[in-house]
Amino acid sequence: MTQEEVCTQLKEMFGEAVGALSETKGDRFVVVKGEKIVEVCRFLKTTVGLEFDYCQDITAIDWPARKVIEVVYHVYSLVHRHGLVVKVETDRDKPTLATVEGVWKAATWLEREIYDLFGVNFEGHSDLRRILMPDDWVGYPLRKDYQEAGGYHGIGNTRPDPLVQLSKVTDEKRKAFVAAAVAAAAAAAPAAEPAPTAPEGKV
Amino acid sequence: MAIDMELDRHILRRTDAGDEEIVVNFGPQHPSTHGVINFVTQTNGEVIRRSVPDVGYLHRGLEKIGEQVPYPGYMPFTDRIDYLAAMFANEGYAAAIERLLGVEAPPRAKYIRAIAGELCRISNHFISVGTMAQDIGAATPLTHALRERESINDLLEELCGARLTFNYHRIGGVAFDLPVGWGDKVLRFLDHLDSYIQEWDRLITFNEIFVKRLANVGIITREMAINYGLAGPNLRGSGVNWDIRRDMPYGAYPDFEFNIPVGTGRVGTVGDCWDRFFVRVQEMVESSKIVRQALAKLPEGDIQAKVPRKLKPDAGEAVGRVESARGEMLYYAVSDGSEKAYRLRVRTGSFMAMGIVEELSHGIMVADLIAVIASLDVVAPEVDR
Amino acid sequence: MTPKDPLQVEPGTGVLFTNTSMLDDAINLARKNSIHYLLFGLACCGIELMQTGGPRADLDRFAAIFRASPRQADLMIVAGTLTYKMAVRTKLLYDQMAEPKYVLSMGSCANCGGLFQTSYSVCKGVDKIIPVDVYVPGCPPRPEALTEGLLRIQDIMMCERWKTKMRPGRVDPNAPMMVSSKAGPK
Repeated sequence: MTQEEVCTQLKEMFGEAVGALSETKGDRFVVVKGEKIVEVCRFLKTTVGLEFDYCQDITAIDWPARKVIEVVYHVYSLVHRHGLVVKVETDRDKPTLATVEGVWKAATWLEREIYDLFGVNFEGHSDLRRILMPDDWVGYPLRKDYQEAGGYHGIGNTRPDPLVQLSKVTDEKRKAFVAAAVAAAAAAAPAAEPAPTAPEGKV
Repeated sequence: MAIDMELDRHILRRTDAGDEEIVVNFGPQHPSTHGVINFVTQTNGEVIRRSVPDVGYLHRGLEKIGEQVPYPGYMPFTDRIDYLAAMFANEGYAAAIERLLGVEAPPRAKYIRAIAGELCRISNHFISVGTMAQDIGAATPLTHALRERESINDLLEELCGARLTFNYHRIGGVAFDLPVGWGDKVLRFLDHLDSYIQEWDRLITFNEIFVKRLANVGIITREMAINYGLAGPNLRGSGVNWDIRRDMPYGAYPDFEFNIPVGTGRVGTVGDCWDRFFVRVQEMVESSKIVRQALAKLPEGDIQAKVPRKLKPDAGEAVGRVESARGEMLYYAVSDGSEKAYRLRVRTGSFMAMGIVEELSHGIMVADLIAVIASLDVVAPEVDR
Repeated sequence: MTPKDPLQVEPGTGVLFTNTSMLDDAINLARKNSIHYLLFGLACCGIELMQTGGPRADLDRFAAIFRASPRQADLMIVAGTLTYKMAVRTKLLYDQMAEPKYVLSMGSCANCGGLFQTSYSVCKGVDKIIPVDVYVPGCPPRPEALTEGLLRIQDIMMCERWKTKMRPGRVDPNAPMMVSSKAGPK
């Protein structure tokens, strides 16, 4: 079944909640309203002829310009060999969405990752907590406006450039060495000894 | 910061004290967890009540780096996503960006990608079966596997200069052509490999102790495997006949003839640890067939398509898929017209495999848990990226 | 008046021997030829560590074998990228090792954060947490490079002196002092 046919069936079933198949370059996707996502997914999985039983990926994209966080579902049917990309737009200030964990168990961990990195709240999720970042991390790293906090529990997050440090050290050492040699020469001069040779080897 | 023992209990969501039960952190530093993964385990002696994976100890922010680095410059980072099968990681990224750009690699490049990829698959499966044997308790097979892997490392080092993190594929093709005489070396290695796998089968695969340890352990049914989104040998070990190389063909794979090994429950039940192990051993044999066919039919021509130096694809999105050694690797690239990706997403087989460990851990012994984790062939950077 | 501890020996004075260099050499020779390194492979460098311990570039010919437990190890080879989440555990493992202990930082990621300098979750070098003796550069370092690093550790081991507990270059002034875990020793 082609993607157009799948979309036609979806539109017949859900009407206004399903948008048209996009015409962008590359892969095409269909935008679905957030309230209906669980029903759409269940319909896709259970309807004979569609049978999207394999959830390949659930991910999110942050669009600060449009003030949305898009949650993208890549679903596939191993039985019929067709795939679909479904997108849902959530409000960027308070992103919430119902979980599709009941449809595909694969969503459990995938949605946890989106919660961890984007801050999208999945209602009804069995175990919504951070998965990749430490549990006391502040902020959602994959958002476009994420600012690092400058370290974690006392470990700094910068490292001084070693070449810059090395040249500072050599400058100071050289100045100290030259100053010491000059002072030694000045102290030894009144003793009418021959002036010492130039300092051996610049540091 | 103190390591919070309360956190472990929270992770396990224990409600009762349970005087016989203890909470053990199995990892993150552990020789058998295939990388830095922590399994917070609630056990009653040797029998596990549940074991919850706690990941993220190797999260390096590779997806965020994808937004900070121009398209061609991201290739070395893809190596680090899956360092044991780095050729596939490279290839998947190249496939996604090529689809965004609308270019196609020339035929010679496709064949070379298949050869390099399948050699990498053999190399990865050696580590997988070797460490699995080590986790079961036999330390010597790992040294055998590492010895064979050294030969493949040498071949790939001659091809692209690195032993582990290759950075060999480019957007539009591959970086270097095959060296003179390399094909003969590969064929000599494959002759040795075919006889060596028979030795391996006699020594380990059908070894009575090995079979007893792995048969009927960690059974993943067909429906569970599909529902949890498993991929690769984990999916095929449960009896699902699905392989991207044959079912959504890409590259040069339509030109090759090879079988897809599927778990049959030969010594136990379909979908147990032994099935997944045996699928990997058989895949090594199939890979060597593919490499032989590819070397025989290698076409002449360019190794890289003409792409501009600064890549600026039009706004859009594309998906690139490869059948990596660990399962299907899906690269999802979103472009906004600039020279850096707007969003780069990598979905790996190991991440999905981690999600099923908790389900499999109820009521099994600690040693069986180790066998289950080893049979799922997870590697930490794929889980954490 | 507190009695003087008879085991306290000042450097330069000896109860038994005045010149202990032969004894030092004997002890250090024994130590350097039986290094037990902690298997601390975090990422790609961990695989090269495994390969270095494997058949071709064999670390076992220096009698250096891997141990899984920090209580049984005296060398910690930090192989791979250190993230903040892992850093706490690394300090705990380091504290659990018994003196004299050494740290070898393997690969760019452990040396300075490596390829992932711009990442938000990567610790820019393991020497931000624990003092490092030898740095082995590479991404990943070849087995020959790691073997060379091990030989340097052996050289450092030969410089130990039985009478003095002060070990040169141990305190890193830039490393923040982390509070160690309630559960760990100290």
